Amino acid sequence: MDKFTQISGIAAPMPLVNIDTDMIIPKQFLKTIKRSGLGKNLFDEMRFDRDGKENPDFVLNKPQYRQAQILVAGDNFGCGSSREHAPWALLDFGIRAVISTSYADIFYNNCFKNGILPIVLPPEAVAVLMKDAEKGANARIEVDLENQTVTASDGEAFHFEIDAFKKHCLLNGLDDIGLTMEKAASIDTFEASAAAARPWV
Amino acid sequence: MSPKTLYDKIWDAHVAHESDDGTCLLYIDRHLVHEVTSPQAFEGLRMTGRKVRAPEKTIAVPDHNVPTTLERLEGIISNEEGRIQVEALDKNAKDFGIHYYPMNDLRQGIVHIVGPEQGWTLPGMTVVCGDSHTATHGAFGALAHGIGTSEVEHVLATQTLIQKKSKNMKVEITGKLRPGVTAKDITLAVIGATGTAGGTGYVIEYCGEAIRDLSMEGRMTVCNMAIEGGARAGLIAPDEKTYTYVKGRPHAPKGADWDKALEWWKTLYTDEGAQWDKAITLKGEDIQPVVTWGTSPEDVLPITATVPAPESFTGGKVEAVKRALDYMGLTPGQKLTDIQIDTVFIGSCTNGRIEDLRAAAAIVKGKKIKDGMRAMVVPGSGLVRKQAEEEGIAQIFTDAGFEWRLAGCSMCLAMNPDQLAPGERCASTSNRNFEGRQGYKGRTHLVSPAMAAAAAITGHLTDVREMM
Ligand code: SF4
Repeated sequence: MDKFTQISGIAAPMPLVNIDTDMIIPKQFLKTIKRSGLGKNLFDEMRFDRDGKENPDFVLNKPQYRQAQILVAGDNFGCGSSREHAPWALLDFGIRAVISTSYADIFYNNCFKNGILPIVLPPEAVAVLMKDAEKGANARIEVDLENQTVTASDGEAFHFEIDAFKKHCLLNGLDDIGLTMEKAASIDTFEASAAAARPWV
Repeated sequence: MSPKTLYDKIWDAHVAHESDDGTCLLYIDRHLVHEVTSPQAFEGLRMTGRKVRAPEKTIAVPDHNVPTTLERLEGIISNEEGRIQVEALDKNAKDFGIHYYPMNDLRQGIVHIVGPEQGWTLPGMTVVCGDSHTATHGAFGALAHGIGTSEVEHVLATQTLIQKKSKNMKVEITGKLRPGVTAKDITLAVIGATGTAGGTGYVIEYCGEAIRDLSMEGRMTVCNMAIEGGARAGLIAPDEKTYTYVKGRPHAPKGADWDKALEWWKTLYTDEGAQWDKAITLKGEDIQPVVTWGTSPEDVLPITATVPAPESFTGGKVEAVKRALDYMGLTPGQKLTDIQIDTVFIGSCTNGRIEDLRAAAAIVKGKKIKDGMRAMVVPGSGLVRKQAEEEGIAQIFTDAGFEWRLAGCSMCLAMNPDQLAPGERCASTSNRNFEGRQGYKGRTHLVSPAMAAAAAITGHLTDVREMM
């Protein structure tokens, strides 16, 4: 997994609430057995018409947002299915951070496994950053994971909270499975005592 | 000892390791796997030379994009990519030595229906699957939730999941349900009350007389949609109904193990005085048959209501409702019962069990579906299908003009050829009415099986109470 330390980039505004995983990556693209190459179908049904022609009104099709690395989104981003194809598609497109007031649980976890930082900020802060994002390429938003800050283009900074373990893994690009395997002895012990207590499992 | 919730008890029994900051390794008792979210996880194991740590606790079944038409019995999957995914699961199950129900096994079906049916899901267990509707298994008093593909790989390799504990939320449904009101209406009404993010950060325990009165099938319907309310999982404490359902299933404990299991299961309830971080109560008597009008499961109203106006909402929801009404082709003030339907889908892990099919068949019996209506029943498993055929239910549906399909997810997410065309409008017993969920520009109204059956006959959304 790629490390995430700091980025400074263009943010695309998506004020819609409840942007669900079916919007982020529609099911017809889940038939892949790979993780890569999904970026071209990110937000497919909003981004393209049936014949594959771009919808010029969709934010990521506008020239100033094509290189966006950050999304500023409405409440409850990523609700719906567990498909990790959603963060895979975001990452493949080039999105490294999302800013919203809230996320669906599974989507939130999935982001961290893929080097994407989902930032939770209060509604007032998201509103400021949304306005900033609307300025397009004229505004770069800075995200600093180490210091847990998001800085708008005019220098106004917002502090965000994040779980210390998740932060550590993201900063260092650590592989969860490798970390857990270091605790194999604890798992062995647990498994043995659980098997004695609940032999039917 | 301080009083504990049911969630606390199951959680405490599964913590294999706890770090200073509260991050835990939660031991997983059952790992369910399907073809869509697992190929990359198995690939990851291969690339790192890792094994499946507990193949005996890992169960796989293809369901999401298997065809539900009869050609499948000849082993045909005409969609090339879908076929590759199913074949990948066939191979992964074999290579890694996990339990497997292949596509044409009679026991195949939607993973969340197969698990309980085969007795894999038991009270007090931790159950995960790379699918958000894993919450279904919470009906047994099992802590069950959906995970992403990286977590699937993590569970395959370590039989644990890195977790922090969620908060406790109580959803109580008091009293009795009125006639025509079902588990589906309960679960949608709860989401209508809490919103799709109301449960975020929580594990919900459903309780109260109306929940106790539900069959196991109904309880599964309720827990299935806990995720639509944003919760990590939904739980219902096990009771006699649970034990009766479980007993004798192929993988349920037997003999002395059964007695020992039962002894533990009987301790799985929320203690008097336990702390809830959030609680809501609905009166069973107040719940009516409901239907969704928008593109989020929280967009739900009693069937007797009218389409709401965007201005009656606040914040970001105003824009979202405008967009939803435009997408759904509806106008504020329109009566919900005036909405014309051209497709009916009865099935999914929400409502694809035998009781659901019985409820729909009771409405359909002796009638015909509306001219021009496309209506299909997709049983949740091969065994549900067989039972429905034995009970004569299949005949009732086919006589009425329904298609009678093989088991799978089918039009719940329309990965297989069962899809809506742009503009088509469906009364569906599934769980998500998102844009494009059942096909590009397709329009979905979520309802109970009885309400879906009523719509199939009249051709419009219908108050099922008028047909009872
Ligand atoms: S029936 Fe629908 S919700 Fe259930 S597992 Fe299949 S696709 Fe998911």
